[in-house]
Amino acid sequence: MGLSKRRRKEIFYNILAFVVLFMGALPAIWIIFTAFRPGNEVNVSPPVWIPQKITFDAFLSLFGFNPEIAAGVPVWNYMWNSSRVAVLSTVFSVSLGTMAGYAFSRFKFRWSSTIFLLIMLSRSVPGVALSLPLFLLMRKYGLIDTVQGLAFVYVAINIPFTAWLMDGFFRQIPRELDEAAYIDGCSHWSAFWRIDLPLALPGMAAASIFAFLAAWNEYQIASIMTKTPAAKTFPVGLYDFTSQFTVDWRGMAAMSVLMMVPAVIFVILTQRSMVQGLTFGAIKG
Amino acid sequence: MTNAKIVSATSRASTTRQTSFHSSQKYFPFFLIAPTLLVIGFVIIYPMLYSIYVSFTPFHLLRPEKTFVFAMDTMFRNYVRLWGDDVFWGALLNTVIFLAASVNISYVLALAVSQLLARVTWGQSLMRTLLMVPMMFAPVLVGFQFAWFFNATVGLVNNGLFSLGLLTEPKAWLVDEPTGMMAIIIASIWMNVPVMSIILLAGTLSLPRDVYEAALVDGASSWQQFKHVTFPLLQPFTIIALTVLSLDIARAYDIVRIMTDGGPAHRTEMIWTYAGRLAIRNSQFGLASAMSMVGVVLGVLFTLYLFRQLMKTREAY
Repeated sequence: MGLSKRRRKEIFYNILAFVVLFMGALPAIWIIFTAFRPGNEVNVSPPVWIPQKITFDAFLSLFGFNPEIAAGVPVWNYMWNSSRVAVLSTVFSVSLGTMAGYAFSRFKFRWSSTIFLLIMLSRSVPGVALSLPLFLLMRKYGLIDTVQGLAFVYVAINIPFTAWLMDGFFRQIPRELDEAAYIDGCSHWSAFWRIDLPLALPGMAAASIFAFLAAWNEYQIASIMTKTPAAKTFPVGLYDFTSQFTVDWRGMAAMSVLMMVPAVIFVILTQRSMVQGLTFGAIKG
Repeated sequence: MTNAKIVSATSRASTTRQTSFHSSQKYFPFFLIAPTLLVIGFVIIYPMLYSIYVSFTPFHLLRPEKTFVFAMDTMFRNYVRLWGDDVFWGALLNTVIFLAASVNISYVLALAVSQLLARVTWGQSLMRTLLMVPMMFAPVLVGFQFAWFFNATVGLVNNGLFSLGLLTEPKAWLVDEPTGMMAIIIASIWMNVPVMSIILLAGTLSLPRDVYEAALVDGASSWQQFKHVTFPLLQPFTIIALTVLSLDIARAYDIVRIMTDGGPAHRTEMIWTYAGRLAIRNSQFGLASAMSMVGVVLGVLFTLYLFRQLMKTREAY
C-alpha cells in the first residue's frame, strides 16, 4: 500500500526481467540437468524437472569407463583435434588480424576502404559455398582430413572479425601517442610494437576468445573437410553420435556439456569487457 | 659560429630522417595487411573463383575425367537446370522466409529484452549471466537440443503438453508442414537474441541522460520516450547488431542440418542443405556449385547493404 507508483513499477520490471531471462535459459538448464541425471529419469512422461540424484554415469561411459558402450566414439581424439585446431587458428588469425586492424585504423592509404570492405565481405561467404571448392582443392594438395588444413581455413574465416574489432580498439588509442613516439625517433614498426600493441592487449584478448570459440564450434566446413578420427573435431563427432546411438540422449547431453566448457570459462572471465569490446570497439571508432 | 654549424647539422639530419620516414609510411600499411590478403586470397578468393569455374562444368566427383570439362555450349546447363528445379525454388523460398522471420523476430525480442534489462535494479550480474547462457551453446548444440525437445516420441514439448492434458496424441513437430520451419526458426531466435540484446543494452546504457530529462520535462510518456528518443539514438547499435548477426547467419545451416536436414520431402529445405546434399551425397559438384553461387550472391548483397550503413556510422563518430 505504502509503495509509490514508481516503486511498484520497478518491482514489476525486475520480476518480469527475471522470468523472461529464466525462461530463455531454461532449455540450456535442461540439457545440463540431463547430463547428470540417472538414466531412468530421461525422456519420461510426465517430465521429471529437478534431478532426484546426481550421477556422472553419462560422462564415464563417454570416456570409455563403461564397458557396455565403451567403443565407438573416440571423444579424446575429438577433443584433442578441436583444441589443436582452435589454438592454432586463433594464434594466427589474431596476429594477422591485429596487424590489419592497425593498418586500417591508423593509415589512410590507397584503396583502404575498398580493401576493408573486401575483407569483410569475405566473411559473408557462407560455409557450404566455401567448403565445396575447398574440399576439391585441399584434396588436390593433400590437406584434406588434416588438422593443419582445417586450421588454415579457420584463420581466413576469423581474420575479418578480428580486424574489425582491432580497428575499433586502435581507434580508441589517442593518435598523439604515436606522434610523440615518431618525434622521439621511433619507426612505424616500433611505434606499433612498443606503444599501440601493449595498449591494445585487452582487445586482442577479446578477439582471441571470439576466434577460439568460432573455431571450437564450427561445424559445416569441418564436416566436409574431415573424415577420420585423425582430424575430426568435436561438433562433427557429436553428429556421429546421433547416428550411432540414436537413443542415448543423455550421452549427447553429456557431450554437449563437455563441449561448452571453454565457452563457459570465457563467458565468466569476460562478462563485462566483452560487452564493451563488442560495442565500443566498433562504434566509438 | 659553432652554434650555427650545430643547428644546420641537426636540421639536415632531421630532414633526411623525415624523407625516409615518409617513404616508409607509404609501404608500412601494405606490409601490415599483406599477410591477411594472402590468407584470404588462398582460402576464400581463389576457392570462390574455382567454384565459379566448377559451376560452369558438369563436374561429378565419381567421374572426374569425363565431367570436369568446360565447354562453351554447355556452360550454363547447371543454371538452366536450377531454373527448372522446383526443389531449388522451394529451398530459396524457405531460405528467404527463414532469414526474414529469424532476423526480424530476433531483433524485436532483443530490443524488448534490452529495454527491460536497462530498467533492472536487482541482481544485474545474475540477470546478465542468465542472458548469456544460450551464448555458450554452439549452433550444433542448439540444433541438437531443439531436435530433442521437438522429437515426436521422447521430446520434452510433447511430454510436457501430454502431462498438462493439452495434447492427446503425439505431434511430429519436425515432420509436419508449418511446425517444422517454425521449430527451426525458434531455435535460431533462441541463439540470436542474447548477442543482439547485449549490444542493444550496451547502446541504451551509453545514451546521454540529459536527453531523457528534457523529454521528461516536456511530459513525454515512457512509450513516447522510447519511440522518439531511445529508438532513433540506438540506430548505430542496431546496425552493429544486425551486422554481427548477418556475419553469423550462415551458422543457421548447422541447426537445420541437425534438426531436419531439409526433410522430410524438402519441407524445410534451404539452399545450404540442398547444395550440401547434392555435392556430398550425390557427388554433383557442378550443380551444387551453381546453387551455392546463387546463395553467395544473396549473402554478399545483404552484407554489402549492412556494411555501407556501418561505414556511415563509423565515419560519423
